[in-house]
Amino acid sequence: MKVSYYPGCSLEGTARDYAESILGICASLDIQLEEIPDWNCCGATAAHSIDHRASIELAGRTLNLATKLPNSDMLVPCPMCFNRLKTAAWALNQDFANRYAINLQGALPRIWDLANFFATEEMLQSTAKHIKKPLEGLKVVCYYGCMANRPPEITEATDFENPQALDRIMESLGATAIPWPYKTDCCGASQVLSRPDIVSRLVGKLYDMAQRVGAQAIVVSCQMCQANLDMHQEKIGADWKRNFSLPVYYFSELIGLAHNVTGVERWLRRHITDPFTLLKQLNLWNNP
Amino acid sequence: MPQNTLTPDYHFLEQVETTGPFQASACYQCRKCTNGCPVTFAMDIYPDAVIRLVILGQRQAVLGCETIWVCAACETCSTRCPNNVKIAELMDCLKEMAVQAGVPSPQPQILALHASFLKNVKRWGRVFETIFLPEYFLRSGELLRKWQTGTWRAEMRLSWQMTRKKRFPMFPKTIKGKNEVRKILARRKQK
Ligand code: SF4
Ligand code: SF4
Repeated sequence: MKVSYYPGCSLEGTARDYAESILGICASLDIQLEEIPDWNCCGATAAHSIDHRASIELAGRTLNLATKLPNSDMLVPCPMCFNRLKTAAWALNQDFANRYAINLQGALPRIWDLANFFATEEMLQSTAKHIKKPLEGLKVVCYYGCMANRPPEITEATDFENPQALDRIMESLGATAIPWPYKTDCCGASQVLSRPDIVSRLVGKLYDMAQRVGAQAIVVSCQMCQANLDMHQEKIGADWKRNFSLPVYYFSELIGLAHNVTGVERWLRRHITDPFTLLKQLNLWNNP
Repeated sequence: MPQNTLTPDYHFLEQVETTGPFQASACYQCRKCTNGCPVTFAMDIYPDAVIRLVILGQRQAVLGCETIWVCAACETCSTRCPNNVKIAELMDCLKEMAVQAGVPSPQPQILALHASFLKNVKRWGRVFETIFLPEYFLRSGELLRKWQTGTWRAEMRLSWQMTRKKRFPMFPKTIKGKNEVRKILARRKQK
């Protein structure tokens, strides 16, 4: 299967672990990713916060590049990029589209949030076929954050208050996805740079609940959520006068682990909160 | 005699709605937006009150408040509003209006973050975190603050770990279309 691919800026930098795990599992599942040639930054929070027109036009430029590829699906691993591309696709089709100095120049591919793509029946089946070592004994909570689901008229999500994509993927890998109430509560995203105190409150609340429901780890599909939950765990623990030790895995890393794809160790080594000890305790670590 | 009476400026709502639609006038003050908002603890005016003040044309109050800047843009409010008021989108519109009108942000480092980010996009067409992050920390005064509060040691350790884990690439990936990107970003003053 060939699909278009928009990695986004952080996957070329700090979220290398996410990027490499996606390439790893797509190769093993025979999904060919065709990167949108010459794509640009979607503008992210900065553009939609202080330059609305630019936020639509930046994403619009990339959408136009995407129309030139023959593929009918486009995968977007970063929920922020996904949200901005979907917002632009929506805005450029409204009757006020003439506000923007850009027109859509062709039919768009279907824009997929990566986790939702891997949670379709078809993909779940093909993922299940490749399992070498089911993730038995691993108890996780799935954390979705904001941008893959809200607002629903943009994302076209139907289960936006209680999304299931990651839970389904985890169950299909043999892990246990514990239901919990904070699936879509905000992690503070880029406020980690400008108001770390806000992020500490929001993320501490997530750790606390994850521990209370008995999770051993948190599974995410967003590199901002991953960074906020993984990088500052020690510091946030200190703020909360608690000891948190919850590995934060990308769902793609866990697919790779269950499929025994080469490279899992290299991806996980880039994490800050120790991702290995838990897997060893559960006898899930035998990766080459 | 009533004191502190407000003089509504209904043009403000109109002016705001030209970049919408935000449907602000449909708000019936149920406060569902505020009740679901994760960041109210850091706000000076609650989201429902921001909407009310926009309807009442209280330009200064909303353009100068903390709320529009500390809002995390999580979209919970817009998603849950029974009247389809686009609260989160309106928060963005107010930030942009404040910047264009030169109203100083009470959270200058948040504005500095957005401005540094867009400057970075302008330079390469994509964000290059290896430069964007330190540049923001310098420009916003956050580095100084971390120094003064003694949190810089932990930050330095984290940056060093990130570098060792090769999560800061050495070179930016620049794109052929960067002039198109620059043109898109040139129209608005960003700070
Ligand atoms: S949820 Fe909607 S109607 Fe209710 S107070 Fe907020 S903006 Fe107004
Ligand atoms: S978008 Fe902003 S105002 Fe709305 S719920 Fe989220 S943080 Fe609160």
